[in-house]
Amino acid sequence: MAKKIVTALVGAAVLGLGATAAQADTLSDVKAKGFVQCGVNGSNLAGFGAQDSAGNWSGLDVDLCKAVAAAVFGDATKVKYTPLSAKDRFPALQSGEIDILARNTTWSISRDSQLGFDFRAVNYYDGQGFMVKKELGVKSALELSGASICVQSGTTTELNLADYFRANNMDFKPVVFEAQDEADAAYNAGRCDAYTTDASGLYSIRLKMANPDDHMVLPEIISKEPLGPAVRQNDSKWFDVVSWSHYAMVAAEEFGITQANVEEKKKSDNPDIKRFLGEEADSTIGADLGLPKDWAVQIIKAVGNYGESFERNVGEGSPLKIARGLNALWTKGGLQYAPPIR
Amino acid sequence: MTENISYIRDHFLEAEKPPAANSSAFAWIRNNLFSTWKDAVLTILAVAALVYYVPKAVNWLFISAVWTGADRTACLTVDQGGQLESGWNGACWAYVNDRFVQFMFGSYPRDELWRPLLVAAMFVALLVPLLIPKVPRKGLNALLLLVVFPIVSFFLLIGGFGLRHVETSLWGGLMVTLIISFVGIVVSLPAGILLALGRRSSMPIMKTASIFFIELIRGVPLITVLFMASVLLPLFLTPGNNIDKFLRALIGVSIFASAYMAEVIRGGLQAIPKGQYEAADALGLNYFHKMTFIVLPQAIKLVIPGIVNTFIGMFKDTSLVTIISMYDLLGIVKASFGDSGWITPVTPLTGLIFAGFVFWIFCFGMSRYSAFVERRLDTSHKR
Repeated sequence: MAKKIVTALVGAAVLGLGATAAQADTLSDVKAKGFVQCGVNGSNLAGFGAQDSAGNWSGLDVDLCKAVAAAVFGDATKVKYTPLSAKDRFPALQSGEIDILARNTTWSISRDSQLGFDFRAVNYYDGQGFMVKKELGVKSALELSGASICVQSGTTTELNLADYFRANNMDFKPVVFEAQDEADAAYNAGRCDAYTTDASGLYSIRLKMANPDDHMVLPEIISKEPLGPAVRQNDSKWFDVVSWSHYAMVAAEEFGITQANVEEKKKSDNPDIKRFLGEEADSTIGADLGLPKDWAVQIIKAVGNYGESFERNVGEGSPLKIARGLNALWTKGGLQYAPPIR
Repeated sequence: MTENISYIRDHFLEAEKPPAANSSAFAWIRNNLFSTWKDAVLTILAVAALVYYVPKAVNWLFISAVWTGADRTACLTVDQGGQLESGWNGACWAYVNDRFVQFMFGSYPRDELWRPLLVAAMFVALLVPLLIPKVPRKGLNALLLLVVFPIVSFFLLIGGFGLRHVETSLWGGLMVTLIISFVGIVVSLPAGILLALGRRSSMPIMKTASIFFIELIRGVPLITVLFMASVLLPLFLTPGNNIDKFLRALIGVSIFASAYMAEVIRGGLQAIPKGQYEAADALGLNYFHKMTFIVLPQAIKLVIPGIVNTFIGMFKDTSLVTIISMYDLLGIVKASFGDSGWITPVTPLTGLIFAGFVFWIFCFGMSRYSAFVERRLDTSHKR
């Protein structure tokens, strides 16, 4: 019986192949089905995607999904979330199960080319860092020679760690764990001198510590981990919508437009702001993207500007209290930079 | 005529009490706990361990535990940014309390929760009478539970007939665990019986097919099948033509349980003496009657522990569906560790203890019921 269902469904799917082949217009598909299917982090990274007890999703990546939905539909609730593990995320996007992968995914050349995705917007500049016990008296990662270091196996983190120590002619004793939880617990239990993972992860592990003040994050960041949304390649309309949804949030921060003052700012005399908010009579920016004229207004109303989203999810407004750092605007020494909107 | 013959005893003597040294509590302790010096050492060690650990556990679980609170600060010490005195360590039941609905139903829309609750109520209302031997109309009851109930609950849970559609990706928690186990149990027992009979059949095609199915399924880990179904299958299908993940999990778990069940039942069939088969043949019973009236009732009775063992194993294996992003009870508890609103040093342990306790209740319930059924059916093999 069970086998028959599978056979029937596989058969139906193969027949369906002819009908839907070679279509890559996710924007139209999304508009037709009425919601955005967004692949997010279901579990292990606080601040990027998590469900609260009422079942509402929140997080920096989740805000990007909401922004896209707000831009397309004018309604940030028209998102369906698929929590994905690190293993499942790429097949889920390739197979079309999700429309956007917003799961703290590092943009790398092989993922861009070999896996058949497109990355452009970066909604969090991350990098691998170290956490140590203060009692060690270590002030820099370069003093870690001979230390035992807790690390999760099978990640780029493990490889970066080995590269960094070899490049600096230092020894270390890796203490390798299969799962993030186990590595966290081992470091908490004092099994190693230092712990390494992406800096955003270091902030979230601090929250799980019995005595967070006994530990410190070292200043060195030993790898580049630009995290951003990915879509399937060869679908530039949808790619544009997703990328510009992020850039709209950044641009809003550059212009000083917030969730609270967006209605006021509509009346601004600044031509850049008027163009951005769709208040200029002959502006076709929204239409060219395949979106309503007030797409940017809808995004800002739904999730606020990038700074607001950052502070709410991972910054001072959240338990994580991550400093803006690389994620500050370019005008404030960070890397967040929106291309001109004109 | 009453002769008083004094040398004949006219009443029995009361039985003497056994010597106090053999019957008092003290004697029981001496005989069972301190009968040799090795026993004495072990007893002292065990008691010392209990005295050391039990108060600690009780203290952690109940006395120091935090029962109410709105967010993580309720379960944090002053050093960690909360109000509790530093050095505090205890369970954070406030977090389980806050998340309870989610642990039970996942993301099922909160205004539609009456639907899974109604399904649960129907399940209990149909299952309990079926489990109590004295309640009449077992046939009707079984028909309702095994045929009508799944159909009704399917539409209740997923929607249709005017009810809002609730896709399976929103299901989660204990609800998913129970649905997968129920379907697995209901499918695997009959399918296992058929496969076991097929494997012992004299018809070559039946026999080969059954052996092939059983050995193939038993030879692959469930986690691999689920992973293949979730990662590889979609790549062969066109975008948008996906088989529902939940259906994939149900199919995977059901065929697995069936293969294992088949071998358990075959063990029972092989334990039935050849004479039983021959006697049934001699009575002129056909194959169907022989199996349903003579062989299977005896065979299944023999392997009740094995059957229940398979059920319990399957109940716990449902946790593996996390691999295809379906969140069963354990999965959803683990997923909640990422919520920055509730991250504290004690929440993961509290959540896992809660999940373990819920699993234990169900598994222990199944095992006690199977012991009851075994005693009830124990007609010929009593020791």
